[in-house]
Amino acid sequence: MKRPIKVLIAKAGLDGHERGALVVAMGLRDAGMEVVYTGIRNTPEQIVAAAIQEDVDAIGLSSLSGGHMAQFKRVLELLKKERVKGVLVFAGGIIPDDDAKKLKKLGIKAVFGPGSSIASIAEFLRKYARAK
Amino acid sequence: MTERREEPGKFPFTRGIHTTMYRGKLWTMRQYAGFGTAQETNKRYKYLLSQGQTGLSMAFDLPTQIGYDSDDAMALGEVGRVGVAISSLADMEQVFRGIPLDKVSTSMTINATASILLALYLAVAGKEGVPWSKVSGTVQNDILKEYIARGTYIFPPLPSLRLIADIVEFCAKEVPGWNTISVGGYHMREAGCTAAQEIAFTLADGIAYVQTCVDRGLNVDDFAPRIAFFFNCHSNFLEEVAKFRAARRLWAHIMRDRFGAKNERSMMLRFHTQTAGSTLTAQQPDNNVVRTTIEALAAVLGGTQSLHTNSKDEAIALPTEESALLALRTQQIIAHESGVTAEPDPLGGSYYIESLTNQLEQQAREYLHKIDNMGGMLKAIEGGYVYKEIYRAAYEHQKTVERKEKIIVGVNEFVGDKKLVLKTQTIDPKLEPRRRRELATLRKKRNAARAEKCLATLEKAAKSSENLMPIIVDCVRSYVTVGEICKVLRRTFGEYRPSHSI
Repeated sequence: MKRPIKVLIAKAGLDGHERGALVVAMGLRDAGMEVVYTGIRNTPEQIVAAAIQEDVDAIGLSSLSGGHMAQFKRVLELLKKERVKGVLVFAGGIIPDDDAKKLKKLGIKAVFGPGSSIASIAEFLRKYARAK
Repeated sequence: MTERREEPGKFPFTRGIHTTMYRGKLWTMRQYAGFGTAQETNKRYKYLLSQGQTGLSMAFDLPTQIGYDSDDAMALGEVGRVGVAISSLADMEQVFRGIPLDKVSTSMTINATASILLALYLAVAGKEGVPWSKVSGTVQNDILKEYIARGTYIFPPLPSLRLIADIVEFCAKEVPGWNTISVGGYHMREAGCTAAQEIAFTLADGIAYVQTCVDRGLNVDDFAPRIAFFFNCHSNFLEEVAKFRAARRLWAHIMRDRFGAKNERSMMLRFHTQTAGSTLTAQQPDNNVVRTTIEALAAVLGGTQSLHTNSKDEAIALPTEESALLALRTQQIIAHESGVTAEPDPLGGSYYIESLTNQLEQQAREYLHKIDNMGGMLKAIEGGYVYKEIYRAAYEHQKTVERKEKIIVGVNEFVGDKKLVLKTQTIDPKLEPRRRRELATLRKKRNAARAEKCLATLEKAAKSSENLMPIIVDCVRSYVTVGEICKVLRRTFGEYRPSHSI
């Protein structure tokens, strides 16, 4: 049997808004995926370490406090530095359109803003995350 | 339904805490604001006051709320984002430059570092020559909901409760006009809980604080009148009106029957309301003005003492000056044009409102009973019960939206093809480096020996049971920073680490 898609849902920075991250985590789990949730207040270093340790297929980064540019960029840099390959990175939270464009150029595959459905996130992951 | 004859201004205050309500005095219009630097925040405050706002409400950035200076590595990307960055007395002086502290009341959304921010405010008042007996305001100082929903905790629950009681005890003597705790349901509701849970979890937190102060030997009527509440106002109009009524009735009984309060002011549930940020949508943002108007009206009909109306762009960013003004105008129209201020509790006596009030009271009582059986709110939080209840409710809500059992206009129905792009307020990326330079200068310029001495005194006192407030006031007067004070307290008290499983 094919192993289910494994996703790390991570809260970066000092932001404590975790409703979205938790709802997405619960929703993806109910959609048959394996989900690891970091809880709030993680440095980019901690997030990348967790992704490596858990050997995930995808990382979902959440921030609603405006720190996303600095923090998400750092996560991508660290993934490169650690030579982590084939891990899909996506994001959610309050991310202005201009920032979303910049993040996509840096390697974030998709940004899910307020009002996104769990179904659309699950479909995205099934399409792009490499289920090993 | 039980036969009740309730009147406004009389126990159990279901119909409002005053006999005349808004005929006597309108609610305080208090818009939450603060961003970027102390200079920018000062400018926004002066603007809001000039437009008829009657109280200030201060938003801090996350590093300030979690006890890191702007130049700390942990502050990366967060400086000045969700509020103003305050690291030392120099920043606080700048925020309030030219604002008379004996004429305005200031509400500060601050919890883990409440004692330090209150000390900073008092130090500014002192320098301006305003006696502490003349200053008024509020610190949120409600740490329990941070463990449940908002996340800006630093220390474990017990030392955190000690800091709260230190503030309550200190203010009862030194700053009688200060509201020492604003027990909040707002964030738990934003995190997804129901109206009945919002009442129950908020009052359960309130019970824990009152018990802590009573256990310290304080007389309940000496401090309880300075405890206020902070509720959400969500989209279900009639349920929200009933929620405020039920909460007032329940708290009055708790204070009289459980804590033996004698002073009626101890039994009155006074509260601030903010309309629900989580009901705002990024899609078709103009619709948010309508949502906020309906929610604000429910808060007024529910008898709020002060109100923040959200701006239409808050689902996307910090509000622009223009949208913040529209939000304030919304309140002014309700206050001066709608006529709803003519009578206290105008919906009281409606069969539906009264029965909803009774229902919510009953449901909240059942939760409170359950929490008591767990050994109190601290145990219920530590065991993860409250957290799980809230996120279960949030997930259920999401599922009803995705199944279209609940319609959100512009999101899952009546979706327009045009997406409106809002002008968003941006924070200067050069702010962080500039703050690092400012703090380096401050540390060089201040009397280093004095700062060291203050921190040593603080560390010693933190290990004893001495009240820390006067010592923290001394620290900030010597330009010791928020981060430095918290470093000492972190060393002494330890840090809270949640266990988070889903």
